[in-house]
Amino acid sequence: MAILVVAEHDNETLKDATHKTVTAAIAMGGDVDILVAGKGVKDVCAEASKITGVRKVIACDHVSLKRQLAEAMQEVIVPLMDDYDALLAPDTTTGKNFMPRIAAKLDVMQISSITGVESADTFVRPIYAGNAMATVQSSDATKIITVRPTAFAAAEEGGSAPVEVIADPSGSHRSEFVGEELSKSDRPELTAAKIVISGGRGMGSGENFAIIEKVADKLGAAVGASRAAVDAGFVPNDYQVGQTGKVVAPELYIAVGISGAIQHLAGMKDSKIIVAINKDEDAPIFQVADYGWVADLFTAVPELEAELAKAGY
Amino acid sequence: MKVLIPVKRVLDYNVKVRVKSDESGVDLANVKMSMNPFDEISVEQAVRMQEAGTATETIAVSIGPDKAQETIRTSLAMGIDRGIHVKTDAEVEPLAVAKILKSIVEAEGIDLVILGKQAIDDDSNQTGQMLGALMDWPQATFANTIEKDGDNLTVGREVDGGIQTVKVSLPAIVTTDLRLNEPRYASLPNIMKAKRKPIDAKTPEDFGVDIAPRLSTLKVAEPAGRSAGVKVEDAAELVAKLKDEGVI
Repeated sequence: MAILVVAEHDNETLKDATHKTVTAAIAMGGDVDILVAGKGVKDVCAEASKITGVRKVIACDHVSLKRQLAEAMQEVIVPLMDDYDALLAPDTTTGKNFMPRIAAKLDVMQISSITGVESADTFVRPIYAGNAMATVQSSDATKIITVRPTAFAAAEEGGSAPVEVIADPSGSHRSEFVGEELSKSDRPELTAAKIVISGGRGMGSGENFAIIEKVADKLGAAVGASRAAVDAGFVPNDYQVGQTGKVVAPELYIAVGISGAIQHLAGMKDSKIIVAINKDEDAPIFQVADYGWVADLFTAVPELEAELAKAGY
Repeated sequence: MKVLIPVKRVLDYNVKVRVKSDESGVDLANVKMSMNPFDEISVEQAVRMQEAGTATETIAVSIGPDKAQETIRTSLAMGIDRGIHVKTDAEVEPLAVAKILKSIVEAEGIDLVILGKQAIDDDSNQTGQMLGALMDWPQATFANTIEKDGDNLTVGREVDGGIQTVKVSLPAIVTTDLRLNEPRYASLPNIMKAKRKPIDAKTPEDFGVDIAPRLSTLKVAEPAGRSAGVKVEDAAELVAKLKDEGVI
């Protein structure tokens, strides 16, 4: 069996989600290759070739792939699938965007956001916002799968797979990139951070997130938010942790002023340690928290910051 | 511009999900069902385009049992012109849904299909993209803003890093994200008016689409639970516990 993994990257660095997707591919058994599709991706290819267990890296370097839009990715990947039995990509907004197009072109039913590999054709995936886990078996000849990176350990580095460059695509499509507004932050990326501190509706305003940010800076943590906080306009959409936002599984997750709607829990309940700070002692978040602190967040969070400072953080 | 809006009847988002004790699926007997919330956002978008004069006709389609008609009626009460009900009691996977939608798009001469980015039951997030590939149309998924400019749509997309803006030329596929709009409530006169709007009755066979599933569900289980831990009284106690755990 031959498996192709599509690399997650920003044309400069390879994202950890790729390493985790490789782990899922290796669990299926067979030869694993990585496709790096982008523009100016030489460094990304070099990083990908170091992942242990990878047979080769396929590079497609073309201006039409700079943003990895779905139509351009489809054009590159569909012809490659003659040589593969399975295609895997992380279930990031990039992977979610292009993968079903490839599945439809190959007349295959995609298996979305898997969290477990039972065998080469059987997988576990969350349904109903993570309130149920379905075990599904695919009867399609080719498997098209998106992988939830938080559910898999990252494959290690230490290999030196060869890089093979393939022909340029035509690059002619009816969709084009216009621009982007990406959140700029010196803090770690939400999905890769070891510690995440998130604020909810209880924060009351975007300005109030400053008290959370101070704690985040002490701990080297990423800052997230519940859907309620994003919908209220306190913070941008890319802060959202939850089933329809980002799924995170850090070592430590601190939920501040978050009641704990099912939608939010689905995005963070695989965290190792969960701390909840909320003044409502009946808030559902306390049912999943390892450490609960019933307190007004506007006094508790500054106290936490001061205590961390005292402890030398 | 003729707009098609697929709508799905799903377990209401406020209902607690219960896994059946024999692990064969989720218990859907005698529970409240509603329109998939993302589809409500699609319906609202289409109605707004019609009100703005950019959409000339809006058609809602639902694939499902008899009761899927109620979901179509809800969209008609929100302002959609007419409905198509593709009746089946079988569970239809996104790939088969996309094939049925392709037939409807071609038969009706549709210029724009607006779909919810995912249904909150199977959480697949596939149908819109699959339809895009089957039609060879461009797509703009996870829409946060949509503007029509001649034969193009400029769409702000919710992506992991923030907002990405793309331009697609019509005909095209758009899938909607949470913050595109706030769907309206249907007024009583509009609910009455919706009862007289036409709904075409079809079956998957009418479109020659094989809906046999490609995936078989072997079991549906409860997720691994977490239990409530301990309460702390102050910051000093919390910091001490987190140090003991080795996470800070």
